[in-house]
Amino acid sequence: MLLGPSLGLSAILFSLGVAGVLLRRNALVVFMCIELMLNAVNLTFVALAQLHGASGYIMVFFVMTVAAAEAAVGLAIILAMFRHRQSVDLQNINLLHG
Amino acid sequence: MTNAVFWFFAGAAVLSASLCILQRNPVNAALWLVSTMFSLAAIYILLDAQFIAAIQVLVYAGAVMVLFLFVIMLLNLGHAASDIRGPSTIAATVVIAGLLAGELFVLARYTPARLAAELAQAGQLSDPRVVFAAGDIARHEAQVNGVVGAIAAPLFQTYLVPFEITSILLLVAIIGAVVLAKRKV
Repeated sequence: MLLGPSLGLSAILFSLGVAGVLLRRNALVVFMCIELMLNAVNLTFVALAQLHGASGYIMVFFVMTVAAAEAAVGLAIILAMFRHRQSVDLQNINLLHG
Repeated sequence: MTNAVFWFFAGAAVLSASLCILQRNPVNAALWLVSTMFSLAAIYILLDAQFIAAIQVLVYAGAVMVLFLFVIMLLNLGHAASDIRGPSTIAATVVIAGLLAGELFVLARYTPARLAAELAQAGQLSDPRVVFAAGDIARHEAQVNGVVGAIAAPLFQTYLVPFEITSILLLVAIIGAVVLAKRKV
């Protein structure tokens, strides 16, 4: 069944994703860490779907769709940002700073 | 045996996720993230979710990560300087992520029986043991409908409208990506 270990692993992976988002300045790596957090949530859904039926798998399906859409749009934004500033460093992105 | 395989892939997932957030080179970070996703796919198979494991490899490790590597290549970021923030941010990150991990570990002690027992003490209108039925429901559904059928049946019946809305979301994402990545914005 492995419910507890799976939820624990999911907790560790989600925290690592949060740590990566806070730690890195490269917009692409921050984006990868967001994907890592989505994966951790997917693991929770799959682990609980064992007990509560296939609705959890449907949620994983939707999360993956949203992640794919997010990756496409987000990477296009990073591309436009790079063209504008010649950098993907988040410290150089202060357009809304006032 | 299953436990040993699980702990092997869990260790691999945590190790490659840590390396992903610590690698200076974004290409290396992306490849370590692919490794994490493959480990997770193996764990999905252990959790009786073979279809999700296949989708994980195809969509995440295949499509999404190739998109990431493609953009890294396009921006020519292969040899960037270290972009890890300063010591005060590192300390704050350790505290915040540690607190979050602690909270999530408390939540991870969830079991259906325990939740049902706690709700029964609180006094509910419906019997929580019925609402939060514990058991191998997923494995039972897979035996009745097959591995793909267990997902397809609810997806095209109960969740048909959300599934159709998903197609609109993907269309919007395609148009948005094309408009944003065009030369003159």
